[in-house]
This record gives sequence, structure tokens and C-alpha cells, in this order.
Amino acid sequence: MAPPNGSPRGTWRMAEALLSVRGLVAGYGETEVLRGVDLEVGPGEIVAVLGSNGVGKTTLNKTLSGVIRAAAGEIYFGGQRIDHLAPPAIVAAGLIHVPEARRIFPDMSVRENLELGSYRRGKAERAANIEKVFDTFPRLRERRAQLAGTLSGGEQQMLAIGRGLMGQPRLLILDEPSLGLSPLLVEEMFALIVHLNAEGMTILLVEQNVMQSLAIATRAHVLENGRFALSGRGEDLARDPELEKTYLGM
Amino acid sequence: MFAPEIVIAAVINGLLTGAVYALVSVALTLVYGVLHIINFAHGAILTAAMFAAFFAEQAGVDPLIAVFGLAPLFFVLGYGAQRYIIGPASHGEDSNTLLVTLGLSILIENALLAAFGSDTRTIDVPYGFSTVDLGFVFLPAPRVIAFAVTCVTATLLWALLKKTDTGKAIRAVAKEKLGAALVGIDVAHVYAVTFGLGAACLAIAACVLLPSYYVQPRVGDAYVFVAFTVVVLGGMGSAPGAMIGGLFIGVVESLSGLYFGESLGQLGIFVIFILALLVRPTGLFGARA
Repeated sequence: MAPPNGSPRGTWRMAEALLSVRGLVAGYGETEVLRGVDLEVGPGEIVAVLGSNGVGKTTLNKTLSGVIRAAAGEIYFGGQRIDHLAPPAIVAAGLIHVPEARRIFPDMSVRENLELGSYRRGKAERAANIEKVFDTFPRLRERRAQLAGTLSGGEQQMLAIGRGLMGQPRLLILDEPSLGLSPLLVEEMFALIVHLNAEGMTILLVEQNVMQSLAIATRAHVLENGRFALSGRGEDLARDPELEKTYLGM
Repeated sequence: MFAPEIVIAAVINGLLTGAVYALVSVALTLVYGVLHIINFAHGAILTAAMFAAFFAEQAGVDPLIAVFGLAPLFFVLGYGAQRYIIGPASHGEDSNTLLVTLGLSILIENALLAAFGSDTRTIDVPYGFSTVDLGFVFLPAPRVIAFAVTCVTATLLWALLKKTDTGKAIRAVAKEKLGAALVGIDVAHVYAVTFGLGAACLAIAACVLLPSYYVQPRVGDAYVFVAFTVVVLGGMGSAPGAMIGGLFIGVVESLSGLYFGESLGQLGIFVIFILALLVRPTGLFGARA
């Protein structure tokens, strides 16, 4: 795979990539969903993976976080090979996946949800990190004693991201963070991602919301039928006539 | 009609019996709530624990002392059974888990039968026939002790589930397995810990039951039938439901024994069971359907 040419930061080489995926094949039983994905994420980047429903975005995330075992290919994180590791070890290494549909703990309080975010990693800094999350999401501070299942959709998404931040991620995977949010909240969500990135967080953003994702992504890939059909810098892809064709499958 | 003191005495006696039902039921509902299976080996584990307590007593250790060794021992056995037998053998299918626990129960019961025969055994403890005088009623000391031990166990269990990371992980896995895995909780480990806690509760129940009960290879079944009623009544997977349901069923059994005759004491339990299924199938504390 060619080095990620023209990365705006342009300060890292392949060897320094935080996440490096080569020839990844994965799926469910006999069904192959990913058919050879190559992906690099460098420190400080926002890399977007775009695609419509059912092209394998969530499968990619679940394979990276160890929930699904890769059938072939290699995944390196921080120089360590992780494709044979179980989720606890991958979380311990600092690769944190905020899943689609939030997957918060509905009958536990907001605070308990956040505490569990540091179950495997960041336990020593738990109290300080909860304060940081509350500073980022003042709504969560107001609702800290409330059961997570009674929060609104937007608040649940904040909680899911806050819980992810509690694990002190070196790489944060956000799976469809804007799904099901009102247009105003979608704006806020993308502003938040930019804010987190500006503070130094490396982010792998997996989204259906193409234009807004491209606007903030350092680099982006369009996933189609288990492979990357298009790759490039966010701003270039946004202008690429191929994008519409590929994305809409025309 | 009976005099009020007699009715009150029956209620108090029912609460004492109900405490042990509650303990056995909490163990059953805890495992159900997290693993989403009915553990068919529940009765067999209780029986095995009662045999362990019996032989400890034969070796000169009172069950109330033996409990401090047997509860950790059964935690380890339960952990191992789930982690290395039930979990791997069920390949993630709930129906397989049911069958594996059923197989385990047949294995345990028949091993006990082969080793010790079907004789009914009892122990004699110094406090076996002691009583506690409340002024209007004498309560058998072993059952007062059982009640107290159940209360302590329930409090410890509540503190574990509410206050510790392990307890929070158990509650997280119960409701949201994928979310739990993604914060780094080892789901297989939590399953095994939960199963171990269930077995430890049964060991505690065994140690407080034995001084006033008997042991033989099928003794656990009687308790599991009651526990199942309690779990349905309290709401599948609800620990507070199992506690309150257990006490309630104990009182129902005691009162129906009083009014319909001792041999019909269990009648009330099954009437309650059928009523619960008809009127409130989710149980008193059950989740919304």
C-alpha cells in the first residue's frame, strides 16, 4: 500500500503508524464481509471510513477491537500485533471502540457507566478522568446519578463517548456517532470530534454521514463490498466525482 | 380461627424458613440474570455442599465454622465448572448450556448416590434443639441462625454488586455483553465468577440447613422447586425479588400449613406460582417485557 501521501501533518512514516492493518479478511462463519482491507492511522489523525449500510464498517471495527477474530491478515497497534488478542488485552493496549448503538449499561447510573470505562485501563486516574468527561459533557455531570437507560439519544451518545474516554484511548474508534441524532446534535457531534482531535486524540471515524466526515477527516476511505474502493485526503475526496458514483453504487 | 399469637408465630417461622429459600433463590436468579440460563445443576450443587458440610461435621467441624472453608471452596468449584466445562461445552448456545448443566446435575447426584447410598443422614449439633424465646413463641435456634446468616450473606452480596468493580462488571455483562467486552471486561471470567458466587451461596445455604435438616443425594431438588417458584414470583434475574419472594413463599408455606394441615403446606406455594404466572408473569420485580 502506498504511504498516505499528502497527509496534512505529514510527520509520520509507515513504520510509525499507530494502527496498521494489512490484508484484513473477516466475517461471520462462512460469510466473508471484509475481503482484504489495508488501513493506516497515524498519531494525531482523524481517519474516516465511509460507506452505506452493510458494507462491513461495523465488522471492521469489531475485528479491530477483537470481538470478531480475523480470518486472515495482520493488525498492528503501536507496533504490537493484536489480531490474535481478546478484547480485554486490546482495550488494555489503548485501542478503544465506542460501538454503534452506544451499548451503554442501561440500568446503571451515568457515573457507574463512566467508572466501568476505566475497568481495564486508566483505573488510577479514574476520579480525575470522570471530572474531565464532566467538563467535556456538562449534561452528564447534571445527570450523573440518573440511570443511563433513561437518557435521551444524544445524551446516551455522549455517555458512550465519555465511557470510551475513561479508558485513556491512544486510538478512539467511533462507530456511527451521529446515527439517530437530530441535525443540530450531529453538528455538535462533529464539533466534538474536532475538539477531541485538537487535544491530541487519534480517531478512526466510521460514518455514513459522508460530507461532514470528509470535512474533518485527515484522510478517508470509502468501503464497498468489503474493500476500500476510494482513498485519499478528506478535502480531495469531497471534490472527487468518483465519490458519488462509488458511494451510491452507480 | 387461630389466636393471633399462633398466626404471628407461624409468620415468624415462615420468615425463618423463607430466608433459606431466599438464599437458594438469589443464587439461582443471579446466575440466570447474567448467563441467561436456568442452572439445572443448582439442586445437585446444594446437595453436594450439604454432603461436604455433613462430612466436615463428622470430622469435628461445626457447619457454622465449616462455612468459612466451604463457601470459598464452592466458589472455586463453581468458577471452574463454568469456565472449563459448561462454557466451553456450550459453544455460546443457551440451549447447550441448559443441557450441560442438566448433565452435570445427573453426574453429581449419581456420583453422590454411588458413593454414599440413598440413606438419609442427619447431624447433631449442640444447638440443634436450642430455642430462642420471644415471649410468646419459641423459635428453633438453628433456623434463627440460618435467618441471620442469610441476612449477612445478602448484605455482602449487595455490597459486592453495588460497590466493587467486579460487581459492576457482573451487572454490566448481565444487561450489555458487547458493551462490557468493549470496556475490557472479560465476559467469560465474569460468567465464571457469577457461577462461582451462586455455588458459594449454595454452600452457605447448605451449612445453615444441615443442623435442622437431613441430607441424601436428592435433597437439593426440594429446594430448587421452591427456588424456581420464588424466582418466577420475584422476577427472573432480580436479586431483591428473590429475597422478598423467598421470605414471602416461606410465610405462605407456613400459613397454609397452619390452616390446611402440615402436609399441605406446599399447596400454597404452587397456588402462588400459578397465580404469579397468570397475573404477573414478569414477577414482582421483573423487567418490562
